[in-house]
Amino acid sequence: MSVSSSVDFENSRKFHLGEGIFRTILLFSALVILITLGAILTILFLSGQHAFARYGVQFLWLDQWDPVRDVYGAAAPVVGTLASSAIALAIAWPLGFGVAYFLTESCPRRLRAPLGIAVELLAAIPSIVYGMWGFFVFAPVMSSAIQPWLTANAWLFWIIVAALVGISLSSMTLATLGRSIFGRIVAGAILILALAGIVYLAVNRTDLPVLPSELNPLWWWFQGAPVGVGLLSAGVVLAIMILPFIAATSRDVLNTTPQLLKEGGYAMGATRWEVVTGVVIPAVRGSLFGAVFLGLGRALGETMAVVFVIGNANRLPDSFFAPTTSISALIANTFPEAGPDTMLQASLFALGFILFVVSFFVLALARLMLRQGRMA
Amino acid sequence: MSIQPFNAANYVRRRTFSLIMDMICTLAAMLGLVLLALILFTLIQRGMAGFSLSVFTEPMRSQGGGLSNAIMGTLMQAGLGIAIGAPLGMAAGIYLAEVGRGSRFASVVRFVNDILLSAPSVLIGLFVYQIVVIPMGNFSGFAGAVALALLAMPVIARTTEDIVKLVPDSYREGSTALGARDSTTISRVVVPAAFGGILTGILLAVARISGETAPLLFTSFGNYGHASSMFEGGMASLPWAIYTYAKQPSNELNNLAWTGALVITVGVLLLNVLSRVSHYLVSRGRSQ
Repeated sequence: MSVSSSVDFENSRKFHLGEGIFRTILLFSALVILITLGAILTILFLSGQHAFARYGVQFLWLDQWDPVRDVYGAAAPVVGTLASSAIALAIAWPLGFGVAYFLTESCPRRLRAPLGIAVELLAAIPSIVYGMWGFFVFAPVMSSAIQPWLTANAWLFWIIVAALVGISLSSMTLATLGRSIFGRIVAGAILILALAGIVYLAVNRTDLPVLPSELNPLWWWFQGAPVGVGLLSAGVVLAIMILPFIAATSRDVLNTTPQLLKEGGYAMGATRWEVVTGVVIPAVRGSLFGAVFLGLGRALGETMAVVFVIGNANRLPDSFFAPTTSISALIANTFPEAGPDTMLQASLFALGFILFVVSFFVLALARLMLRQGRMA
Repeated sequence: MSIQPFNAANYVRRRTFSLIMDMICTLAAMLGLVLLALILFTLIQRGMAGFSLSVFTEPMRSQGGGLSNAIMGTLMQAGLGIAIGAPLGMAAGIYLAEVGRGSRFASVVRFVNDILLSAPSVLIGLFVYQIVVIPMGNFSGFAGAVALALLAMPVIARTTEDIVKLVPDSYREGSTALGARDSTTISRVVVPAAFGGILTGILLAVARISGETAPLLFTSFGNYGHASSMFEGGMASLPWAIYTYAKQPSNELNNLAWTGALVITVGVLLLNVLSRVSHYLVSRGRSQ
């Protein structure tokens, strides 16, 4: 390129064809992303509209899936999806936060980078590997050891639940009513109630299984044939799968706290745990929730890790061990056999639409929360 | 709150509590990492059991055989998927970082892209079934490639945007000061400067899509032999082969499924490590 002595200003302001085409191509590609999302929503809705038209909103809570009578309801797969994801979150959230805390605070400096990379690499393992591990390794252990133990010791689980509910309810009461006498009395009453429940459970622990299942939900949720595959197995495998996601994102979030803030905390004489809970977490709370919601979004839509271990039985789960199904597993199993333009296929598309809308909101919420902490 | 004098007993209590919470978190981390290591161990142990050279040379059979057609199918579908998805994703990423930087439209696209990034992949399969498989009248490797392209596009758009944003503004100003149009500045100055990073993003996208199973179930479906064409009839893929063999009540085929899982995991992890190394080399080259 030679530098000309006189610059042609007039010409430089004119429309230039190459420039126009270039910009159009870039804009078009950006539009493709918007169009893709819109098209997925539209196609799923249009393909499922026969099911929506036939059942209306009732589709959501119709607890039947019977290809012989050609009746399809979404209750079982929707509940299965939500319940397995909730179990996964309940396990992976504390573990993921533990990993993130360990990697940012208590881990020896030299190990931080390699362990952090290991966690990120684990997040890249194809989900079908988790599904296979769940089916071939975890399910047999579940049916022979874990499930019998849980059935025999269900009372322990409910004691933990009672303690957690009692403590969190009473501290919430104190936080809202203040430390007035009234607040203290209400909080104390809640604690005493929880304590009474714990004592009741501990005293009657051997009698609990004798009560009929309809009357005793405590007993009910830990019963069932030890088949190894079911709701809890799906939840555990999902938890292991989303653990690296939650851990890696939470670590990045914790790392965004300015060093200066933490040093200020330490300078005040705070211990490490007090710095994390009093300085770091308040500074990044929104983003931490965002990290967990991102994991929830993954869990809701995951197919291969779930389809191996959830049991693929199309009915509402009546215990943690009951084989059930999820939206994605049901689609993966049933769609290849569903002929075009049948009510079965329309129902599967309708389920897909519901799943897409739910994960859209979960993921959108996750992104908004992450963005608050300038992470997104 | 008034300032309290230092209370030694209180401090010991607080320190102990902090140490206990430290230990709980460390235990949680150990538990998580051990569980994940356990899975990798099982994968290697069971994967090696069925490992032999015939895995790579023989096609799938109902008994014995290998996975050569599935490996071939994955390479072809992932390759075509990237060939479709990468240009779109790169162009969208460049748009977000350059032309639309700071605009409202760009922030909407960015938001939607982030959601597509983690959207349930099985639904991408349903979508492509309706828009490609039904009009074409049959399952095909091409349909699988389209589904994979839709998964790769957001990944590449995201990484491209991130990396292009890192190119210093002085590069753009220098180019513009020489009289270059925006298109010249972007294609001759900005993109070459960010090329290593863009390549890293594409490698990550290849890793992400080659392990995907769910979107292929209703698009490329599967095939026990080599597919004769990308456009007619089902085409095998490694994840599909793993899924199919893992469900068979046969030890031999289950072992082959584990071997396939080992092959795909090693491939995916290698691609991830490769992208990290290239990212490291690129960023080191820039800082020097």
